[in-house]
Amino acid sequence: MTNSGTEKKRSLSVICSKGSFDMAYPGLILANAARMAGVDARLFFTFWGLDIVNKKKIDHLHLNLVGNPSAPIPAMIAGLPGVEALATAQMRKEMERLDIPPIREFVEMLDDAGADLYGCQMALDMFKLTKDDLVPQVKDVLTAMDFMDMSEGAQIIFI
Amino acid sequence: MTVAVQTDAEGYLANKDDWSEELANELAKELGIELSDDHWKVLNAARAIESESGASPGLRKVSKRSETPIKAIYKLFPDGPAKLIAKIAGIPKPKSCL
Repeated sequence: MTNSGTEKKRSLSVICSKGSFDMAYPGLILANAARMAGVDARLFFTFWGLDIVNKKKIDHLHLNLVGNPSAPIPAMIAGLPGVEALATAQMRKEMERLDIPPIREFVEMLDDAGADLYGCQMALDMFKLTKDDLVPQVKDVLTAMDFMDMSEGAQIIFI
Repeated sequence: MTVAVQTDAEGYLANKDDWSEELANELAKELGIELSDDHWKVLNAARAIESESGASPGLRKVSKRSETPIKAIYKLFPDGPAKLIAKIAGIPKPKSCL
């Protein structure tokens, strides 16, 4: 409910800095929820978060089990070869049952929903990547300062 | 002009039985939307899912059921489609995150 005509529209900036399968979803889900509710949303993918929009990696993100006290299996076993892949496959199946889209489809859905996706210039340089290595839904590559300017008045979530 | 019908604090219809197609048209107008056949396809899908499952659906389910792409839904109901659809269709606030 607005009490004056000058009130600015709500807007959300999500910074995704993690590239594991389990840490990719929260940012995507929050940005999508914002768009469904009529809130402007933009996402900034930086450091490992770039993997979420990296053409070569987007379909192959893995759960993070080692060093994760919430992991459903003991750390000693979680570190064995293939265990993370197995657990990720299992989680993918469970998500499919709940009709949660895979990450590539989710990124497309966000783009369709009018959210703006950006890659971090410094992270791209660091990983020797260019914009062409990212999925086409990524609108532009920005510096952190560009993203800050864009986020004026927005609520910011760092993941 | 305000439509004389009871809503909850967030603007969702308080009594499902108050809903009618005429009311939907009025509610939509108040939200700045002129309902077309494409809008109705989406609204009917949302109402059908709600009445079958008892849960107000998120956009993904509505999109699939109405065979309307997400992008098109945002064109039909700009500015918060999940909320607008539920309000106009006379169903509660969606319980889904998708």
